[in-house]
Amino acid sequence: MKRRLGEVVVSSSTSFVAQCYQLEMAPALGELVRTDLPEIYGVVGTVTTEPLDSARPVLARGEAAVSEGDIIRDNPQLSRLLTSRFEVFIAGYVDKNVTRQYLPPRPPRVHSFIYSCSADEVVEFTRHLDLLRLLLNSGASHSDEIVSACIRQAAASHDQPKYFISQACRTLAVELSADVPRLNSILRRISP
Amino acid sequence: MTLFDHPIGDANEMANGKFAARQGQPLGMVVDGSVTNGVEVRLDSDVSVERIKVGTFVTLQGSNNRFFGVVTDIALGSTDPRMKYASIPTDDVFVIQALQGTVAFGMVSVLPQLTLPDVLGDEQGPAAAKSIPDHFSRAYISSQEDVETVFGSEKDGNFWLGSPLDMETKLCLDLGELVKRSMGVFGKSGTGKTFLTRLLLAGIVQNAQASSLIFDMHSEYGWQGQDADKGVNVKGLKQLFGAKVSTFTLDDDHSRRRGLSTDETVKLGLNHIEPEDVELLRESLNLSDVAASCAYNLREKYGEESWLKEFLDSGRNGSLLELADELQVNPGALRALYNRMGRFTRHGFMVEHSRVDTAALMIEHLERGQHVVLEFGRYGDDEAAYILVSNLLTRRIHRKYVEAKETAMGGAGKEPRPLVIVIEEAHKFLNSSVASQTIFGIIARELRKYNVTLMVIDQRPSGIDSEVLSQVGTRFSCLLDNERDIDAVLSGTSGSRALRSVLSRLESKQQALVFGHALPLPVVVRIRDYGTSFYETIEGGGDSEEEKKRKVDELFR
Ligand SMILES: Nc1ncnc2c1ncn2[C@@H]1O[C@H](COP(=O)(O)OP(=O)(O)OP(=O)(O)O)[C@@H](O)[C@H]1O
Ligand SMILES: [Mg+2]
Repeated sequence: MKRRLGEVVVSSSTSFVAQCYQLEMAPALGELVRTDLPEIYGVVGTVTTEPLDSARPVLARGEAAVSEGDIIRDNPQLSRLLTSRFEVFIAGYVDKNVTRQYLPPRPPRVHSFIYSCSADEVVEFTRHLDLLRLLLNSGASHSDEIVSACIRQAAASHDQPKYFISQACRTLAVELSADVPRLNSILRRISP
Repeated sequence: MTLFDHPIGDANEMANGKFAARQGQPLGMVVDGSVTNGVEVRLDSDVSVERIKVGTFVTLQGSNNRFFGVVTDIALGSTDPRMKYASIPTDDVFVIQALQGTVAFGMVSVLPQLTLPDVLGDEQGPAAAKSIPDHFSRAYISSQEDVETVFGSEKDGNFWLGSPLDMETKLCLDLGELVKRSMGVFGKSGTGKTFLTRLLLAGIVQNAQASSLIFDMHSEYGWQGQDADKGVNVKGLKQLFGAKVSTFTLDDDHSRRRGLSTDETVKLGLNHIEPEDVELLRESLNLSDVAASCAYNLREKYGEESWLKEFLDSGRNGSLLELADELQVNPGALRALYNRMGRFTRHGFMVEHSRVDTAALMIEHLERGQHVVLEFGRYGDDEAAYILVSNLLTRRIHRKYVEAKETAMGGAGKEPRPLVIVIEEAHKFLNSSVASQTIFGIIARELRKYNVTLMVIDQRPSGIDSEVLSQVGTRFSCLLDNERDIDAVLSGTSGSRALRSVLSRLESKQQALVFGHALPLPVVVRIRDYGTSFYETIEGGGDSEEEKKRKVDELFR
């Protein structure tokens, strides 16, 4: 079942930003998402919820409230002033039914819909793990976190999660063979 | 990399291709190297360094050549020097599995020794390697076929000696080639020299290209030998080969006591002893130079045949002083000679005069294609007796061989059959002070000119004259721990530094480093068991029905 998560609002060759249709409904860190036609896959790297108008910062309003839920109920306009966005690092695409784990020639168009991936799609796309290299080199300051979150997320979709994780660990070891401290720190985040 | 493939499957299939059937277990790939230092092979991630041993044979499949080599070193490598200092959670299997074979891997150094013919059964044999395989060539543990291509196979008439280190493969020796040069079996006490020698001799008897004459110091080769560890007797050559082997004995009583019959009893006459023999016995009889040289004066006076008898007679008559005066030798020295020779000639195998020429008798047997074992019985522990008898007989036999060979070269008569003479405690005959005089020294040095070669067995090879040792073509060395002995055994061999470490790491029994003339490259061999299963490979050598029944009866008694 494909679930629509949002819409591309900023797009570049290596990543794109999507806006959620509903506040706080962004996918999880490291989750695999995709666009449709062309099918471009990516991994969620940063989720942000912020005021729509950056000139109007959010203020704390709950001093008198009993619970957090009361704040929204008492200020229904608030959800209109905020928005959730998520940044996705491109991990590959499907070209004539072949999965490619390198960057597509063109990034997704703005206003492309973003969908969550079914377990089958996750398994199919993570048959190869070259995407890990793209993620390691994403340039994000927390790329190690993205990589480890991605592996943990994907493992849940596999029949044999432990086997998947051990293969992913080996792939990482090959990629990071010259940087053992970094490898070590990622492995520790993945190891079940 | 695809996840669900065997991690090394792809690479293998590619390199294996047409050779798939012949390759042994895959090891890794060549990543570095040089002709002088050999190549470096990075092990595949599923191959543990612990499974490889120094000395293991490795086949390298280059793009145009197949190389046969030996593991000379094993090391642990890593892609990142910082790994050593990183704190690795060693109890986390995921982490360890991920690191092993990727960041941390095994490296083995392989010295390519030979290039193998690319087509199996090709006429042209292996040749010395003058190059190294390309980068990324695949390395395999050598298969049985590769080992057979290099060392020969049993079905081509070679002798199955044992198996290479950690392999089930049969390692074979070309016995025809082996007996062309002298050979040596070395190793400290209890390492299996006698067992190995007996095995080799059984091979030589079976192979029937050469005869052998064995000076059997401890009576271990003829009818039966002792397995001291298991406390049982093992079959000797006579039991295995019957009429092909003749046993001679110096000590009839000893044989009779053991309930064994021997073919001939050897008696030596005083007339057989020559001054040269006395010279040899100097050390064992504790004679001075001067005393020993008196023998030459005596021969001058009394003649070849009777000098010793006359000398002993005159001593008994109390006329030694006059004799010394007459010969102008030191009377003290002459008396010493008299005392020692007098005592020596009281041995049971010595008679005053013997008409039987034992050497001629032995030659008769040898010429018939038989193998001769001379058992020393109780005289085996008498060093002087062993040295004297073996020298005396060998000198005569050698003389006959030289004559026969020269006649054959002149076109009249046929070549004498190649002869292998086996001596134990070889350093006693071949140490530097006597090697130039003993017949064994001469035989060792003249190589195979007269079709006679030596098989020397010794636990102290450093005691053997270095020039003689250098003529020992094929060497079988069991464990040695004395530095000087190791040096001696390896002298004159190339790559002796690598072999040194191999030699000192041999197991304490039944394992030998074999190298030299009869082999294309040095090899560590786990010597085949000498026992029932070996007897059965010899026609008529296995237990007869009667024997089997007796053994079963014994078990249930
Ligand atoms: N090939 C073999 N087959 C079976 N047993 C063996 C073999 N080699 C060695 N052994 C065992 O090792 C023991 C010692 O071997 P062996 O008597 O040949 O030693 P050695 O080197 O001749 O000793 P020494 O120097 O004392 O004569 C044997 O009694 C036997 O138990
Ligand atoms: Mg012995």
